[in-house]
Amino acid sequence: MSIATDTSILARRGGLSGRLSDLFWRKPGILLLLMLTPPLLWLGIIYLGSLIALLLQSFFSIDDFSGLINFEFTLSTYRQLLIPSNFDIILRTVVMAVMVTLASAVIAFPIAYYAARYARGKWKVIFYLGVMLPLWSSYLVKIYAWKLILAKEGILTWFLAKLHLLWLLDAWLALPVVGGSSLSISYTGTFIVFIYVWMPFMILPIQAALERVPGNLIEASADLGGNPAQTFRFVLFPLALPGIIAGSIFTFSLTLGDYIIPQIIGSSRLFIGQAVYAQQGTAGNIPLAAAFSVVPIVIMGLYLWMAKRQGAFDAL
Amino acid sequence: MTAVLFQQVSRHFGAVRAVDSVDLAIAEGEFFAMLGPSGSGKTTCLRLMAGFEQPTAGHIEIFGETAEGVPPYRRNVNTVFQDYALFPHLSILENVAYGLMVKGVAKAERLKAAEEALAMVKLPGYGTRRPGQLSGGQRQRVALARALVNRPRVLLLDEPLGALDLKLREQMQEELKALQKSLGITFVFVTHDQGEALSMADRIAVFNDGRIQQLGTPEEVYKRPATRFVADFVGSSNVLPPEFVETLGFGRHHASLRPEAIALGGGDGRTQFTGRVTAANFLGAANRLTVDANGARVAAMLPASIAVPAQGETVTLSFQPEDLHTMDGA
Amino acid sequence: MRSDRNTAAPLGLKIAAGAGLAFLHLPILLIFLYAFTTEEKSYQFPPPGLTLKWFAVTWNRPDVWEALGLSVRVATISTAIALVLGTLCAAAVSRTKFFGRETISLLVILPIALPGIITGIALRSAFSFAEIPFSFWTIVLGHATFCVVVIYNNAVARFRRVSGSLIEASMDLGADSFQTFRYIILPNIGTALLAGGMLAFALSFDEVIVTTFTAGQQSTLPIWMLEELVRPRQRPVTNVVAMVVVIVTFLPILGAYYLTRDGDQVAGGGK
Repeated sequence: MSIATDTSILARRGGLSGRLSDLFWRKPGILLLLMLTPPLLWLGIIYLGSLIALLLQSFFSIDDFSGLINFEFTLSTYRQLLIPSNFDIILRTVVMAVMVTLASAVIAFPIAYYAARYARGKWKVIFYLGVMLPLWSSYLVKIYAWKLILAKEGILTWFLAKLHLLWLLDAWLALPVVGGSSLSISYTGTFIVFIYVWMPFMILPIQAALERVPGNLIEASADLGGNPAQTFRFVLFPLALPGIIAGSIFTFSLTLGDYIIPQIIGSSRLFIGQAVYAQQGTAGNIPLAAAFSVVPIVIMGLYLWMAKRQGAFDAL
Repeated sequence: MTAVLFQQVSRHFGAVRAVDSVDLAIAEGEFFAMLGPSGSGKTTCLRLMAGFEQPTAGHIEIFGETAEGVPPYRRNVNTVFQDYALFPHLSILENVAYGLMVKGVAKAERLKAAEEALAMVKLPGYGTRRPGQLSGGQRQRVALARALVNRPRVLLLDEPLGALDLKLREQMQEELKALQKSLGITFVFVTHDQGEALSMADRIAVFNDGRIQQLGTPEEVYKRPATRFVADFVGSSNVLPPEFVETLGFGRHHASLRPEAIALGGGDGRTQFTGRVTAANFLGAANRLTVDANGARVAAMLPASIAVPAQGETVTLSFQPEDLHTMDGA
Repeated sequence: MRSDRNTAAPLGLKIAAGAGLAFLHLPILLIFLYAFTTEEKSYQFPPPGLTLKWFAVTWNRPDVWEALGLSVRVATISTAIALVLGTLCAAAVSRTKFFGRETISLLVILPIALPGIITGIALRSAFSFAEIPFSFWTIVLGHATFCVVVIYNNAVARFRRVSGSLIEASMDLGADSFQTFRYIILPNIGTALLAGGMLAFALSFDEVIVTTFTAGQQSTLPIWMLEELVRPRQRPVTNVVAMVVVIVTFLPILGAYYLTRDGDQVAGGGK
């Protein structure tokens, strides 16, 4: 106990750091401002600035003869979105996103439910990592894996041949719309790969929602005479719904904006992402590309607004 | 010498006046309590002394030196936090030596001082443990050692015993009091427990709504509460309404009257009144009688040896006039 | 879920959950098998034979090394920038209540919430408008933008657990702002930042959509792979690279998991 001082107020420490430290204490706003300036400059100016500039361009149009951008305010570019060939692209993408979201929820639910209710200790970790690793592993590698699987000479054909089920595959491929000459150039293929790549994003929110459901609620429902289907329909599903909606935000948004999966596995018919890519690249029509990118933003805005009203953000 | 001086100190958070024009002078070596319900401004006053808050208006001195605008790390004042705030990533010894380390004291010297401080709070040899491995009472002692090792001129304690169970709390009350006497450091502590304030403090400031309602010794505050609030909060005093006090001949004021000052029957020079018994409770050493006297509810504490009147009976009660204490309106 | 009894799961649920996990993992395992196939021209299954020679071939391919080197450099610099920006943002948001903190959270999340193609095309048109030529730094700019959110999320969660009274206690004991940051804040958020940094690295290392718009002529490893996917030329080499990418991204994920798994105990000294 040797450090006795008689003064009650110590002198300021010398140097810049002492002075700065005192300043930060006296005026916390300055520290806050210093902390926020770099990220705000980066995200607010560079990123948001670019984004707004892009969206503004959707109100310009392209001159059909010179191919140059006509910098006059117009809604004609948006009108182009409504011509059948472009509107088909939007419809196709939205239908695909809805299908992918529904299928992801169906596949994800049992995994999430098992992890939340039955997995303990070691198994809990295995389930967690079992979801996290595919979720984080390389996007392109995942697509590549499916290219291997769906190829005509690939594992799926081999497997079905072993089971003498090739006729089933052929029958499916002969169907209109979902079929094609091979799985890797059909909507079915695109659909499977979309599910594979985005479904992991659905599992964790559902699991989080289910973990908040007390186990005795399920027992209470059974006790009151509910059979498993009724328990699911009236107890489990409503309680898991915010988690499903939270997860669907990911699956829906990611499917809406993707342009690589349909390019590599799928038919030649375009999705929104591909249309944006094509318009800004080869066609050089930035205004139309910008208008196309407004579509997923608007759809997601509406979707998020509805999800917020359902309380989905608490499950994130 | 005055250890802590508040002159017309206010601290407002937006429209909320957490501390409102407080005047306060804490003497050197004093064990000073700030008592009040939550939200009464007592903790904000403590934080103003520590330097975590700056006054909106007014002047603060610590041992005669101006404290406004001085950050906490330049005040020779240390705090024992309500949640102890031990650093979870440091060992107990490193926790205690932290203040010396940031002041640049050499390692050997600061570790030795920390060991001594741990011995002082009766935790010798606990230095290698982590905060998570200690009980609540032990953490409290570490927090105390961590503050005292810096030899502060004022030690601030924020509800220091609030998280401890009753038995441990009584033991720590005695130890704190003994420690304060032997070290001679000014202690300022915040509590909402009037029993704790009455038994430990040399002087008490009773807070309500950001203002000091009364400042005095425990006896003064207990026996002669200055306001109804103090009478209500500090003791189990009867607070008598002005109409009833007027009938007793003390003028139209609120007044406080302690239950133990009231006796059954009359007597020379005693003020008398009658009331109808509404309840009688046996409390072991005494009986507690509640009567309705002209609409005023009065409690009296009677020795257990006296027979208790039945409920509904009308009785005569009396007290010495000097035991009745009139108060200001509030 | 607080079910005390160890009720066994219904068989149907077990099968559905197991099949779901198998669906997630089998395709990745397949990548490992294909890295050893002797077949060069197609994706034939089962592989006609197994060989190690493609590892040697890949090892001697300068274009693969170049792409890998670029990816590592981009991911390193982007992670470093994101660490600074994300930590600053998280500190500001969690330490003080100020007008607009919700807006800042939204701003940080936006680059990853919006489809990557929108971020990519927005940056590309901004570069062309400002006449900035594509370079290493244009790639980094895009990557750092969407990596901030990963750091931010990790740091915010940890800052929330470092109770305000720890910072006050440090200052009370005589540590100024810088000492408090060095001795109290940094050790308490360190593992969260490391975990966030690893995830950000993995995210950047794998990113392809934004990169196609900001890279110009340079190839990161994902861009190299994308070209191979669109126009397969070197299937065996692609197989090997895919396997390496899987392994390289798994390590940071596992590391981040182990760093944050018992984080709840780290800051338990407060409330």
